[in-house]
Amino acid sequence: MIETQAMIYLAGAILMGLGAIGAGVGVGVLGSKFIEGAARQPELIPLLRTQFFIIMGLVDAVPIIALAIALYLIFAV
Amino acid sequence: MATNAQTAGDYIRHHLVNLTYGKLPADYTRADGSVLAEEQWVFATSAREASDMGFMALHIDTLGFSFLLGVLFLGFFWVMGRRATAGEPTLMQNIVEATVEFVEDNIKTTFAHPNALIAPLSLTLFVWILLMNLMDLVPVDWLPWTAQQFGVHYLKVVPTTDVNNTLGLSVTVFALIIYYNMRIKGTRKFFAELAFHPFPKYLFPVNLFLEGINLFAKPVSLALRLFGNLYAGEMVFILIAALIPFWLQWTLSLPWAIFHILIIVLQAFIFMILSIVYLGQAHK
Repeated sequence: MIETQAMIYLAGAILMGLGAIGAGVGVGVLGSKFIEGAARQPELIPLLRTQFFIIMGLVDAVPIIALAIALYLIFAV
Repeated sequence: MATNAQTAGDYIRHHLVNLTYGKLPADYTRADGSVLAEEQWVFATSAREASDMGFMALHIDTLGFSFLLGVLFLGFFWVMGRRATAGEPTLMQNIVEATVEFVEDNIKTTFAHPNALIAPLSLTLFVWILLMNLMDLVPVDWLPWTAQQFGVHYLKVVPTTDVNNTLGLSVTVFALIIYYNMRIKGTRKFFAELAFHPFPKYLFPVNLFLEGINLFAKPVSLALRLFGNLYAGEMVFILIAALIPFWLQWTLSLPWAIFHILIIVLQAFIFMILSIVYLGQAHK
């Protein structure tokens, strides 16, 4: 029983951690490109910002879903 | 509300059960020990009952809150549309105008085809989902605790933390995608696009498989993205309420609520913009 519990905690931790790594790299690349683009063509900033937020929402969704599943596993299973 | 008799796990589980109305079979032993004489439609009084009701069960809280918010949205916009003046606008009229213009701008930049449905559809998706998400900012125990005083066992306040709701929304969008693909391109061209696209014609089973996944991933990802984000947000609020003494809760729930405002608006916006993009692809 204790082992099952431990496995669930580990599964939750891996879920959160790997999701966070992926999203961290993703948002990092996205942000650097956004700033690069903004520096090259400052007049495009409003357009770029919209696209930036759309993609950030897409990238952000994956780890947040992982977070939800992990928290569910840890606290509610 | 985390009393000593109730563990944190119980409290969390309690908050994750919908107010389920479904049919229980005959001879079913209920949570309070009574036995049903015949099969009966009842409200679930425990999580086990809710899951035993199976597929044919209604989540009354999800349906009710989303319906109420839909009525609120339509009523508010209708009244403001009626009262709109060309003179000095009131605050409420400004809110409505800003929302409509925001949606209009987004459609104009991403959707370049004549279509009478896209504008009302996008506005409805955006505002409705936004309102449903905003229920997340209502403190987790206010409405469920109040309902409990009136004998309602379970109440999940945020409709979008129920995957049935988000899938309902995205399946509707999916049906529209299929409909416009059929109508604008014709069934043959739509099928040809699915079957002959990435690889040459003789590999059409592979193409059909790949493009089929691509097609069916759209509603699933739309629904799960919205559901996952809101579910995670609600989960964190519930955890804060469950694990931290009440006089310290604001130190965590306030920053999370402020951060969550971004997610709430962003997810409503993304759902809208992706629906527009998908429907735009159907018109090409």
